[in-house]
Amino acid sequence: MQRIGVFVCWCGSNISATVDVEKVSAVLALEPNVVISQNYQYMCSENGQALIRNSIKEHNLTGVVVCSCSPRMHEATFRRACESAGLNPYMLEVANIREQVSWIHKDIEEATEKAIILGRTAIAKLRLNTPLTAGESPVIKRALVIGGGIAGIQSALDIAEAGYEVDIVEKSPTIGGNMAKLDKTFPTLDCAACILTPKMVDCAQNEKIDILTFSEIESVKGFVGNFKVGIRKKARFVNEKLCTGCGVCTQKCPSKRGLNDFNMNLNTRPAIYIPFAQAIPNVAIIDPEQCLKLKNGKCGLCAMQCPTKAIDYTQQDEIVEREYGAIVVATGYKPISLENFNEYGYSTYKDVVTSLEFERIMNAAGPTSGHLERPSDHKQPKVITFIQCVGSRDTSGCGKPYCSKICCMYTAKHAMLVREKYPDTQVNIFYIDVRTPGKNYDEFYRRAVEQYGVNYIKGMVGKVYKEGDNLVVQGSDLINNEQLLIKSDMVVLAAAIEPDPSVRKIATLLTTSIDTNNFLTEAHAKLKPVESPTAGIFLSGVCQGPKDIPETVSQASACAAKVIGLLAKDKLKCNASTAGADEMLCTGCSLCENVCPYGAITYIDKEFRLGGGRTEVRRVASVNPAVCQGCGACTVTCPSGAMDLKGFSTKQIMAEVDAICKN
Amino acid sequence: MQELNKEHKPLIVAFCCNWCSYAGADLAGSSRLSYPANVKIIRVPCSCRVNPTFILKAFQKGADGVILCGCHPGDCHYTSGNYYARRRMTLLFSMLDYLGIERERTRVEWVSAAEGAKFSKVMNEFAKTICELGENKRLEDLRCKD
Repeated sequence: MQRIGVFVCWCGSNISATVDVEKVSAVLALEPNVVISQNYQYMCSENGQALIRNSIKEHNLTGVVVCSCSPRMHEATFRRACESAGLNPYMLEVANIREQVSWIHKDIEEATEKAIILGRTAIAKLRLNTPLTAGESPVIKRALVIGGGIAGIQSALDIAEAGYEVDIVEKSPTIGGNMAKLDKTFPTLDCAACILTPKMVDCAQNEKIDILTFSEIESVKGFVGNFKVGIRKKARFVNEKLCTGCGVCTQKCPSKRGLNDFNMNLNTRPAIYIPFAQAIPNVAIIDPEQCLKLKNGKCGLCAMQCPTKAIDYTQQDEIVEREYGAIVVATGYKPISLENFNEYGYSTYKDVVTSLEFERIMNAAGPTSGHLERPSDHKQPKVITFIQCVGSRDTSGCGKPYCSKICCMYTAKHAMLVREKYPDTQVNIFYIDVRTPGKNYDEFYRRAVEQYGVNYIKGMVGKVYKEGDNLVVQGSDLINNEQLLIKSDMVVLAAAIEPDPSVRKIATLLTTSIDTNNFLTEAHAKLKPVESPTAGIFLSGVCQGPKDIPETVSQASACAAKVIGLLAKDKLKCNASTAGADEMLCTGCSLCENVCPYGAITYIDKEFRLGGGRTEVRRVASVNPAVCQGCGACTVTCPSGAMDLKGFSTKQIMAEVDAICKN
Repeated sequence: MQELNKEHKPLIVAFCCNWCSYAGADLAGSSRLSYPANVKIIRVPCSCRVNPTFILKAFQKGADGVILCGCHPGDCHYTSGNYYARRRMTLLFSMLDYLGIERERTRVEWVSAAEGAKFSKVMNEFAKTICELGENKRLEDLRCKD
């Protein structure tokens, strides 16, 4: 016979203003099995919890119902309170009378009635609760970081610093990500390579860090503390262990027509190449699309020239299986495709470039060795017009509805760099709003306007077209209310950024969620910004939302702190709400095994006594509680009703349905 | 909406998965987006935990409408639970149709944790539909009546 205590929370006036809490506790006191029913101002406060703890002891309670805010908010708090009073923490049910009642209903009578029904429903369920014990599972003390940009690098370095092993899996042939392509960084204008490449070297030299480049995540199994990840190491046709990065092969390669994606396709590269001088690992890679040997078997020059015999034309993709306790997603971003923005002439005119292409043009290690020249005729432009918000804050459906956040600052940076190096160049910037919050950011923007004389024009650009050798930017100046036609030698588009497309597959593999713009969703927008809703998966950098470098680095370190906290534990509590089969009903049909997304169900042959000394061996389902995550798919699939889910049993849910429908 | 409620207060049972739709309902609450008080939510870990018998039971016990809410396809916390739910409900709904229960009395909706507004909108629309359909007597369990 259950002895139930009911505790109704006022939540200050959040609940008590629309729900008659006295009436709720008085009515629920009359329910069968309820031995005490009380109400209090803040049930989650220390005093409120003490009230629960003392009542459990005083009235020998076997179960507790708290009528309060959402269980997603304080279920864990009240479970701890029960546990500390010696009651099994799963002998608790929460009736959500704030989010589902007081906050959405205005009529006191109606709200009170609903609160009573929800309380009754919780009591009805609790009557059928049984004490549950969460199992424990060991934590594998190794982390996986997906993505080797600045976010992944920072997370990996911090995790390694704490003494744990980390693998970085990067899909391109080198780590460094987008930051490696940048010229200077705002607001200090120090060069990106000077601050990034030492960190890349640190990763390579750190004994705790293993870097797997040109590799992708193929499969993910398991759960927090125990992930099993399959990683595809794509064939690079060069033995990484033998290659010293001397570069002889790249000079001898006769096929030099492949586009150099590190330079945003602004120039070409040999079929065998090293992405850039400071690449980590500093190992060559063959582009099979361009390699004459791989395409038609005729060549092999690089293999002949290689002093360490590192070239291997027969190399195949390789699948590596590794185990991790925690996973950091740091997949980063790419600029959006501009195919929907024909008005700017990006695909028509060579001298219309994106900001990331402009970074490469300005970069001393870029295709023009840092000389500002326009792509069409290599002349130095005299007038450059920048257009901001290309595809950002765009609700027309062509672009992205959000602000890409970094464009205002990098456009101001580009303008300053141009004016600094080429003071006679005229720089115009079309903007919708200039958004520069951040430490020393607004000062930076003002310097562009005041000291560098950059011509900021508030307005939109309607069209970019060609007149003779030059481009004409047709736009409106909203402040002076006039239409402008600006002759420009070059146009730079601040294209919106979007999550790297690889994130969709990765999110599916990790069973974590993505928002409508393909950004990964954090567990709580304010209070859990680096955790994903899936335990053991953490989010670092732009994969979670647009960010600049300082913010990305902060988030990456925050992520590392969370990973370290997890890896420092020897054991984790498993999910207590697991499935289990009634062996007397189980027919061994295997249907549940097929629907289980975690492979938690196996079949065992078990001996059963039939009476009279006879026994029989039957095949029955057996659930591994350490692997079961408690979704309940098996319970509904089971044709004989043998499978049930602890904490959400068929009887419990039926009792809830009954209680709701009673009146 | 309120006027319709006065004529007949339909009872609506909403099964919501813990990770998306229940959180969406919480967001509707914290955003103060109202929906009729006759909607009562039962929390389940995943939409795939909802056995068709729960829905039959609800109708038998006097519910006028039953709605099942889960994560959007592809976003299930447990990878694929909502796909199972979708298939099961498709079968169940055609059976309910055969039994003479109006198709509009049952519904499956995908509501994410970020879609508080959608949750409220869906519940308002569903409650309106059920109000217009009136009481459900088809599966009522007469044995329990006095």
